[in-house]
Amino acid sequence: MTGILSEGNGARRLPTDWKSDAMQRRIATRYASERRFRAIGLGAIILSAGFLAFLIVSMLGNGLSGFVRTEVAVEFDFPTAPIVIDAATLQGGNADMVLSNANLPAVTSGAAKAALGEDGDSWIGSHAWLTVRDAIKDDPSILERRETLYLPGSADLDLAAKGEASAEAEAAYARLSEAGVIKSALNIDFLTASDATDPTQVGIWGALKGSLFTMLVTLALSFPIGVLAALYLEEYAPRNRWTDMIEVSINNLAAVPSIIFGLLGLAIFLNVMHLPRSASLVGGLTLALMTMPVIVIAGRNAIKAVPPSIRDAALGIGASPIQVVFHHVLPLALPGIMTGTIIGMARALGETAPLLMIGMRAFIASPPGGITDPATVLPVQIFLWSDEVSRGFVEKTSAAIIVLLIFLLGMNSIAIYLRNKFEKRW
Amino acid sequence: MSGIAIVTMILGLGVIAWLSARAKASRLAAVPGKDKLQRSRALHSLPSYHGWYVALWVLLPALIFLALWSNIMPGLVTERVMNDPAAQILPQDSFTRGAILGEARNLARGATSVAFDQRSRTLVEPYRAAERFYSLGGAVVALLLAFAGGAFAFMRVKTDFRARTRVERIVMMSLLLASLIAIVTTVGIVASLLWESLRFFSLVNPIDFLFGTKWSPQSAAMGYGNDDAFGAIPLFWGTIFIGAIIAMAVAIPLGLMSAIYLTQYAKPAARAWLKPILEVLAGVPTVVYGYFAALTIAPSMRDFAAWVGIPGASSESALAAGLVMGVMIIPFVSSMADDSINSVPQSMRDGSLAIGATTSETIKQVLIPAALPGVVGGVLLAVSRAIGETMIVVMAAGLAANMTLNPFASVTTVTTQIVQLLTGDQEFDSAKTLAAFALGLVLFIVTLLLNIVALHVVKRYREVYE
Repeated sequence: MTGILSEGNGARRLPTDWKSDAMQRRIATRYASERRFRAIGLGAIILSAGFLAFLIVSMLGNGLSGFVRTEVAVEFDFPTAPIVIDAATLQGGNADMVLSNANLPAVTSGAAKAALGEDGDSWIGSHAWLTVRDAIKDDPSILERRETLYLPGSADLDLAAKGEASAEAEAAYARLSEAGVIKSALNIDFLTASDATDPTQVGIWGALKGSLFTMLVTLALSFPIGVLAALYLEEYAPRNRWTDMIEVSINNLAAVPSIIFGLLGLAIFLNVMHLPRSASLVGGLTLALMTMPVIVIAGRNAIKAVPPSIRDAALGIGASPIQVVFHHVLPLALPGIMTGTIIGMARALGETAPLLMIGMRAFIASPPGGITDPATVLPVQIFLWSDEVSRGFVEKTSAAIIVLLIFLLGMNSIAIYLRNKFEKRW
Repeated sequence: MSGIAIVTMILGLGVIAWLSARAKASRLAAVPGKDKLQRSRALHSLPSYHGWYVALWVLLPALIFLALWSNIMPGLVTERVMNDPAAQILPQDSFTRGAILGEARNLARGATSVAFDQRSRTLVEPYRAAERFYSLGGAVVALLLAFAGGAFAFMRVKTDFRARTRVERIVMMSLLLASLIAIVTTVGIVASLLWESLRFFSLVNPIDFLFGTKWSPQSAAMGYGNDDAFGAIPLFWGTIFIGAIIAMAVAIPLGLMSAIYLTQYAKPAARAWLKPILEVLAGVPTVVYGYFAALTIAPSMRDFAAWVGIPGASSESALAAGLVMGVMIIPFVSSMADDSINSVPQSMRDGSLAIGATTSETIKQVLIPAALPGVVGGVLLAVSRAIGETMIVVMAAGLAANMTLNPFASVTTVTTQIVQLLTGDQEFDSAKTLAAFALGLVLFIVTLLLNIVALHVVKRYREVYE
């Protein structure tokens, strides 16, 4: 309070001299503190964003090589190879069956030994004969000539090509690449195959299909129920104890840890209702209970944003309360509801813990055919692979994470697009 | 007749009912020689409401009956098979009898082609006959119901019939039912957790569970007795240590400072970019965080501890899980703080700036104190989110139930143990599996309380300024 007349003793205090050294120093300190505070704030954001960047870069660094595999050129002399096959039978529909019994694994490993040296068959993958099978199926005429096929390399060789492996594998890789029989190719199998025990053979198609079925069940249940509940609570519900209870339980359900929903699924859907274990149906039911509150809350906000004048106008020209809501309010609120639904579904797609509870962690080597078949989903597959000891699984886990993140990014982009395109300011 | 076929048929009947009832109503309305306005007065409801009314009468009774029938049919089928002369060969022992019946059912439906017990082969034919009899019977009754309902409703389609009111009553009912699902779910959660927990507490003293300090469910499973094996204090400590201490030590300063920078300093253009980036952190699935923590953070923490010379460093450290969890929580804290700072009246901020305070002084001495209840509420919600988080701790924290203050050592959490106890082979009645539900109950109650307190704090604070 400098500079103010203090009346008691009559002494007049001088106005603050802002030019004085002391005041200048004080201002400098305060401004420095201001700059520091601002820098700390910026630092916090940069640190958070940096962590995100670090996470993404490390996943890309580990995972991109998972989409690539090492292939070895092996020459096959089909006419002299001991293949038990009759080219004529290949024309029918049962070519797979015929070729499975055609002694191809032995032929393949024999050819690998001949082409790559004594230990040659240990550098091609254990499933390399499948490539040979597909080649024959595509073009049976190669059975009558010599043909060079690129076979997938073994897990060790693949690791050697990508950096870290045993000295033996490194040496073999050096020798083979000197001989010019090695190339890197896009690993199509990773997108079309299912789980396997050998990291060079695994794929995510089975898990993706399981995720798709689970999400369909979740959407089919949580969307209608969530929208109807939101409409009731926002438009019709009388203010009484029941409505309060419904609101309280919806808000609580939105905050209940996801693993509790897993326990619910285990106790009710599996142990009381005896639905099939590990099935997308049960996973979808459990996730639907989890997603529904999210949709209800987003839906209520979207419905609340529709201006009352629209309802009044519709009521004024004689619409019934139900017609007001279904003909006018709901269509106007739908973009907002869709945005909330997509965000809720994206969260459900990344959810792991409740699905572990209901047994979706089994080893499933073939894609599910329906919603009652045992299945696994993408995040659970990531969890299962992360537990594997074999080093080859590291890049596969990260590659699967990349796929999952791409899906989530896509869903969230759609949500943001919808929000920006259809959002109305009334 | 298969279930899908009969449901499709009933749906088809519904469509036909809708079309014909609407046509009848339109015909009733079409009084010759009158203009459009008078014609619409002839009907109480629009023709399509008459259509819906009849279609609902066709669909609802038949579909409800089918749903009930599919539940009681297996019992009826089994009873008929048991009364068949071929069932005389069945043993009295109910367990083997059940197994044989189950096998016969699978054979009859073509689900399997091999039978372990040859006696089941003789029951295949009676089974098929019984299933055919009852499913055909059910289909016939369902169709009769559909026709009867349709006919009854169709007769009622008159000019002054209030079809819209009836249809709207059904719509209203379905709206109410949909919103009751939330209550049913809550009741389901509480009931299943309580039921299984009570069974657990009949095996293990609740006092021992809540206040015991030794957690070793494996030894209980191996037959060393339940006493003394289910002391959950180490789990509670691990959960608090990771979720409420380490994670919050990361999330509170970073989240709060981010929110302050975004709301007070950042230009609108920068804010439009930075806020979504923070939100992406919240959208990354927890299994990805868990993998990241286990693969990248945990080994470097262990190496760091070894380099500094801290004893007891483990590759599954509390610090790695807590740090990554803290990063996951940042956007959560940040958006809560954002909201509460934004809802401080602009006049308070302007007043502070007008008497010469710098922006940071305004923030520290005016905005934060005013927004504090909201921030505290947000932090409580964040804690409840963190202690319920599962995948990060399952993948990056350990399984050893230690009570330690050393962040580089391995601790375990409630959620980790729930996953551990319930995955893999299990029989459902052992104390080990039931313990998971007791832990779930504790987790549910604690997160519920945290949420209620947090919302209460936030709400009271809002009332002050609005």
